[in-house]
Amino acid sequence: MAGSTLQASRSRDLDKLLLRPGNLVEPNFEPGPELRDDLREYARVLVVGAGGLGCELLKDLALSGFKNLDVIDMDRIEVTNLNRQFLFRLEDVGKPKAEVAAKRVMERVSGVNIVPHFCRIEDKELDFYSDFNIIVLGLDSIEARSYINAVACSFLEYDSDDNPREETMKPMVDGGTEGFKGHARVIKPGVTPCFECTIWLFPPQVKFPLCTLAETPRTAAHCIEYAHLIKWDEVHSGKSFDPDDPGHMQWVYSEAVKRAELFGIPGVTYSLTQGVVKNIIPAIASTNAIISAACALETLKIATGCSKTLSNYLTYNGVEGLHIKVTEFVRDKDCLVCGPGVLIELDISVTLEKFINMLEEHPRLLLSKASVMHRGKNLYMQAPPVLEEMTRSNLDQLLFDLMGKVPRDVIHVTGMSRKDDKKVSSLMKLRVAFKGVDGVVDMDMAGGA
Amino acid sequence: MAEPKIKYDRQLRIWGEQGQAALEKASICLLNCGPTGSETLKNLVLGGVGSITVVDGSKVEVGDLGNNFMVDESSIGESKAKCVCSFLQELNDAVKAKFIEEYPQALIETNPSFFSQFTLVVATQLVEDSMIKLDRICREANVKLIFARSYGLTGLVRISVKEHMIIESKPDHFLDDLRLNNPWPELKRFAEGIDLTTADPVAHKHIPYVVILVKMANEWADSHNGRLPSTREEKKEFKELLKSRMIALDEDNYREAVEASFKVFAPQGISQELKQIIDDSAAELHHNSSDFWVMVAALKEFIANEGAGEAPLEGSIPDMTSSTEHYVNLQKIYQAKAEADFLVMEQRVRNHLKKIGRETKMISKQTIRSFCRNARKLKVCRYRLVEDEFNSPVLSELQKYLADEEYIVAVGFYILLRAVDRFAANYNSFPGEFDGEMDEDISRLKTAAVSLLSDLGCNGQTLTEDLISEMCRFGAAELHAVAAFIGGVASQEVIKLITKQFVPMSGTFIFNGIDQKSQLLSL
Repeated sequence: MAGSTLQASRSRDLDKLLLRPGNLVEPNFEPGPELRDDLREYARVLVVGAGGLGCELLKDLALSGFKNLDVIDMDRIEVTNLNRQFLFRLEDVGKPKAEVAAKRVMERVSGVNIVPHFCRIEDKELDFYSDFNIIVLGLDSIEARSYINAVACSFLEYDSDDNPREETMKPMVDGGTEGFKGHARVIKPGVTPCFECTIWLFPPQVKFPLCTLAETPRTAAHCIEYAHLIKWDEVHSGKSFDPDDPGHMQWVYSEAVKRAELFGIPGVTYSLTQGVVKNIIPAIASTNAIISAACALETLKIATGCSKTLSNYLTYNGVEGLHIKVTEFVRDKDCLVCGPGVLIELDISVTLEKFINMLEEHPRLLLSKASVMHRGKNLYMQAPPVLEEMTRSNLDQLLFDLMGKVPRDVIHVTGMSRKDDKKVSSLMKLRVAFKGVDGVVDMDMAGGA
Repeated sequence: MAEPKIKYDRQLRIWGEQGQAALEKASICLLNCGPTGSETLKNLVLGGVGSITVVDGSKVEVGDLGNNFMVDESSIGESKAKCVCSFLQELNDAVKAKFIEEYPQALIETNPSFFSQFTLVVATQLVEDSMIKLDRICREANVKLIFARSYGLTGLVRISVKEHMIIESKPDHFLDDLRLNNPWPELKRFAEGIDLTTADPVAHKHIPYVVILVKMANEWADSHNGRLPSTREEKKEFKELLKSRMIALDEDNYREAVEASFKVFAPQGISQELKQIIDDSAAELHHNSSDFWVMVAALKEFIANEGAGEAPLEGSIPDMTSSTEHYVNLQKIYQAKAEADFLVMEQRVRNHLKKIGRETKMISKQTIRSFCRNARKLKVCRYRLVEDEFNSPVLSELQKYLADEEYIVAVGFYILLRAVDRFAANYNSFPGEFDGEMDEDISRLKTAAVSLLSDLGCNGQTLTEDLISEMCRFGAAELHAVAAFIGGVASQEVIKLITKQFVPMSGTFIFNGIDQKSQLLSL
């Protein structure tokens, strides 16, 4: 029978999708054994995060025809991970998540190659990220999402009509969960909204006013935050609070209990203390499985075109019944991150050092301690010291010269910017244009980007 | 904290010790351990269910390595149930894991009493005929049942339980129970004791909004023949009145009062949904009535008598701008009323138990207290027998789905998932299972789908060629990502059924892996 050869293949099920023509597929879909083999051979996917979503994603992608995977995570395994991060065992506690996760998946799915990176996402150079075809995010922080989003969008180039150039587009698939709820989204920079275009979907966390904590506490959480944010500093002058030190947590708990008793407020428990202080987000295996599976499926579709792509944001809610909703958000055309880039007009007499100082004062950027890169070349790096030393001599030079005397070009800068009163590492894409060179006139620039 | 407690910390924050205890008591049976079944169990084993029994008669083939994480090269030729079971055991040694190497269809045919030992059965990848038979068996034995199936880029999840009652439905957004427009004497007295016209600015900005609204609602009623604001004009006027009493711009308590003023306008009495529950015929008790319905019967009397149209007071208040003293006192007043309501309810529950010849202490204080606290949020879910749905789906709904852009793909898959079973019953293979016969299979599947639609009362209806062709392209493939999705949904529903917390889905969930517009169909 014709099917007998299929039966003997490891990709028995996946072949149905990748080898056969389909009707509801993307225009780029070219079914056949080459597609399956190219997926294995050439597609490179980076999974950011090896936690609840990351573990699932690695498994799902490894069993969806991908062979070359990388995973990056700076965390080590904790006991509280074990109720959902199924690649980890009790004896793994303390080991780097990325390394254990990669090893476990490779042990079970032969032929798959997963390279772990046990480090912060900011520790990697841009080149590292540019190597991947698709970046999949399994994160629990807005800051980290924002950073990766900026990295992926930084590769996007626009043509002279401000249309995105497709070959420079680095697609992302992003998942997130909280309890019984989650989201999965597809980000095609320049085409669908990037993370910053719809940043309002993630409202900043509400903090208690300090005067409530100090003067009119009403809830158990107020008592805990008083002990954590006010009393700790009063008593331990200079010693910073470490949420991972059980001694510290115990101290905050007992102070919170004392304060609660003083005011007649019920409800302070050790568990609540940990929850409030560490801002613990409840997490379960099933939601992570659902969201990761949706992300992995979309990754497969982006890589092969074997079915239509999610357009572009899915929310899942299993609290009351089951609600899945797909929303098609639209891009913010003026987005600082995925748009063509903030335009900066310069005289050709501007030195690199002066340029770096300008970034700090630019009202839309407010970027301090900037490092500057142009076309993969480091013009100035603040760190590490060896790179700083190597690039220091560029500071006195003209930026125009450093950029090869082109009238206008894109450069990348990283540094610290302020967001909601917090300093965050940022990566920005800028369009630099030199006045008076090759027909660039001031008028053209008046609108900016 | 002991290690298991730390391990489960992130889920204990969701379903608490009680939910966890229910999970640890549950025994789950899985039928067929392909990726859909394996992934479902994985999520449950991680969460710490009591025991699992994996039933599958097949041996591991090479093809299984490409879609199931719980088997590997060393498993080839071995019992799939055994391999999956041993991997699952690795995930959590607190779970009792065993396997039975047997085909589920055979068990369903020859040993129906086998299923009565379980709390819940997860039946994966069953065809229609087996689904119907298993459903009858489980319904009769009072065993919870959940079907899950992955098929190409589609799949389904369907719960089948006669009746599922929920006390702790834990909705995300629910109007809190403050009784601002209907204060009981103690709350009224407390409010009267606070002077809204105080000249002390610190005192003025620390009066909780509950007090402001109770007093202002009262003031309004006094000048409007005892009526509260009801028209849009009046509501606006009421808010203006609130604002006019501010003595400084930074009075958060007044801002909160304006924002919460809709709670004054909210209708009194119980919701339509709760009314349906207390009027349910199951609330007419007999000796074997469940604890839930005994408490509902008590609730019905409470609402008609002491409650004067209201359910027992919930007893908690949200955080609000206030001095600590006012807030703590207010909390005590709400708690005291809730406790008084509870005592009345408890007496009524005990009376009912006595009347139906049951031990009066059978239902614990703790349970009754929880019931009172959640009385406004009670839920009752009932599920049709699969056979009934298959033979006579709700026609009006079916026709609505077929005509609705948002549902058309999902309902198409629903029909096709049934049509492929008819196809398989005729031709001994699923459409597109083998490469050579695609064109023939497409037209045969179309015939099966059209005849099914006509059997269901939708004469002349058909599905798009595109969708039928896609279904044949799928060729009954079980893709890992789809199986992980379906298994994730199934395991989440299992958790809700077992912990009796949150609300399980109703109807049939149809996964749409094409554009992710999955839907629940109530047929």
